[in-house]
Amino acid sequence: MSSLAGEVGGLILENPVMLAAGILGTTGASLRRAAMAGAGAVVTKSVGSIPRDGHPGPTVVPLDIGLINAMGLPNPSYREFQEEIDIGKTGGIPVVASIFGADPDEFASIASGLTADAFELNLSCPHAEKYGAELGRYPEAVQSVTKAVKARVRVPVWVKLTPNTADIVELGLAAQDGGADAVVAINTLKAMAIDIESGYPILGNRFGGLSGPAIKPVAVRCVYDLSSALDIPVIGAGGVSCFVDAIEMIMAGASGVQIGTALQRGYGVFGEIIEGLSAYLERRSMRLSDLRGLAMRRT
Amino acid sequence: MSPKSESPSTLAKSVDATILAVRQETPNVKTLTFDLSLDPKAGQYLMAWIRGLDEIPMGFSGPREITVHEVGQATKALANFEPGRSLGLRGPLGNSFILRGDNILLIGGGVGIAPLTFLGEAAKAQDIDVTSLIGFRSSADVLFKQRLEKLGDLAITTDDGSMGIHGFASAGLKELNLGEYSQIYLCGPEPMMWDILSRSKEHSGKIQVSINRYFKCAVGVCGSCCLDHEGIRVCVEGPVIMADRLLNSEFGKYRRGPSGSRGSCRG
Ligand SMILES: Cc1cc2nc3c(=O)[nH]c(=O)nc-3n(C[C@H](O)[C@H](O)[C@H](O)COP(=O)(O)OP(=O)(O)OC[C@H]3O[C@@H](n4cnc5c(N)ncnc54)[C@H](O)[C@@H]3O)c2cc1C
Ligand SMILES: Cc1cc2nc3c(=O)[nH]c(=O)nc-3n(C[C@H](O)[C@H](O)[C@H](O)COP(=O)(O)O)c2cc1C
Ligand code: FES
Repeated sequence: MSSLAGEVGGLILENPVMLAAGILGTTGASLRRAAMAGAGAVVTKSVGSIPRDGHPGPTVVPLDIGLINAMGLPNPSYREFQEEIDIGKTGGIPVVASIFGADPDEFASIASGLTADAFELNLSCPHAEKYGAELGRYPEAVQSVTKAVKARVRVPVWVKLTPNTADIVELGLAAQDGGADAVVAINTLKAMAIDIESGYPILGNRFGGLSGPAIKPVAVRCVYDLSSALDIPVIGAGGVSCFVDAIEMIMAGASGVQIGTALQRGYGVFGEIIEGLSAYLERRSMRLSDLRGLAMRRT
Repeated sequence: MSPKSESPSTLAKSVDATILAVRQETPNVKTLTFDLSLDPKAGQYLMAWIRGLDEIPMGFSGPREITVHEVGQATKALANFEPGRSLGLRGPLGNSFILRGDNILLIGGGVGIAPLTFLGEAAKAQDIDVTSLIGFRSSADVLFKQRLEKLGDLAITTDDGSMGIHGFASAGLKELNLGEYSQIYLCGPEPMMWDILSRSKEHSGKIQVSINRYFKCAVGVCGSCCLDHEGIRVCVEGPVIMADRLLNSEFGKYRRGPSGSRGSCRG
């Protein structure tokens, strides 16, 4: 058993480094590949109740500081997705199904139609009408969706939160009240980019969400605030691209970290981060639990 | 960013390019020449942003040109661009063909001839012998005949027999001894490529295939283009893939559409 093994949000993981939702999560084969590369768990692309082609291109704007995306929740619907989850499972690690819907009933019926090791509720995508953050910015909606899903499934339920709000802690508390086993923070920050040659917004959807190194300090702050206020575990996401970033997230209170945009560099990021984490702990003769929330104890 | 990257540099931002010339190649294929070169290698591609409409992948048919087959909304819009009009280009992206040896064979069909012609011209400039086998529906669809004739031996097949050998491109294989070539390069409609591959499995270690999947992000994160069963991210690890990796993949069997659902690899 490596020094990185432990429980994260109700799942026993070999290590706390996971693939984030919507990143190389459309096919079972790419989920399995993340597992082979060393991920402790993988989260699928968010799936809904009917097939969606997503927004027209451009769907991403590459920047030096990260990425703006407006994929538009493309997915083949949960009915076609069980097969991909099952293929993903052959990687030997937990597969977390990310799901989205427009109301508690839709979320609950998708969750009960899928078999996965855990569910992550996408209440935070910033660029899809009627879904994601359009629900997830209201604490009452977060609570009722969480409650509806919890009532229908026996596996852990994580709630992915949006940072596009005045007070993310309020949303985290709502998820906790709804019975969530963990919260995941953060999804992307609302953003846009304009082409100065033509004046056109670059994204096909005009607006999108910012991810990558640019949002890491925002994510660290959100994780810190949530960890300070909640009793349930917090899983950190946002700009983690090396083991140093992962340690920072864990010191802010994260039980696990998710990697998204950094996968641009290839699947090797998992190995780099996991090795870096192990070596850091070994050098200092520390355990993961010694790091978790360290920043909160340093006052 | 880490030097230990598995992906070629993909941080290409959109640049503004102006169309200098538009050449009608066949009734539904046009070549667009740009006022700037993105310095591509043959086999690489760009994402062409037709402002207000869509962004689509296009291979290079030369250092500063693309060759567009009109199949839907975005390709029709692109084909209707007049000289002087501008568009956004993100590239060059993906890997490229790699020249190996001094006697190569190009096999292609339809608009897949575009990157092969670019490759053949680069090879010729290095004194590499180039032979081409190209297949089309009919004589009216034949693309880049003159450019390829300049490079070396050229065999043409047409489905309707209106030019060259009657039949699919594979009908032309009989005239060739694949063992003679140092490397073989393949690009065209998937059923055609699968037909060729399944008849030349013993050579799969020296066949470089440029394949087509549904690209969205083109930076290797969204998962739209991933190829079963290895999960190859075709947008950054491809579009050129060695044939032996394709033989036990989804290639020739199915492909995913924009939603990620599996569909036919025809069309
Ligand atoms: C690496 C690569 C290089 C390519 N090079 C060329 C080229 O040199 N010349 C050329 O004419 N075409 C090329 N294509 C194909 C071209 O991108 C599609 O024909 C084009 O995107 C169709 O868009 P549309 O709106 O006109 O058609 P649609 O009506 O949207 O679709 C028509 C067909 O094209 C496919 N398609 C649509 N959008 C995409 C997309 N974003 N990615 C991949 N397939 C898509 C659809 O699945 C469908 O089969 C290439 C594709 C790839 C992946
Ligand atoms: C291309 C892309 C697609 C994404 N798709 C989803 C999605 O389907 N569901 C979701 O909850 N989050 C999605 N996200 C958000 C990520 O999971 C993650 O929360 C965010 O990108 C911040 O992490 P990062 O900086 O490591 O990328 C997506 C992000 C990107 C860049
Ligand atoms: S197109 Fe997004 S990963 Fe290849």
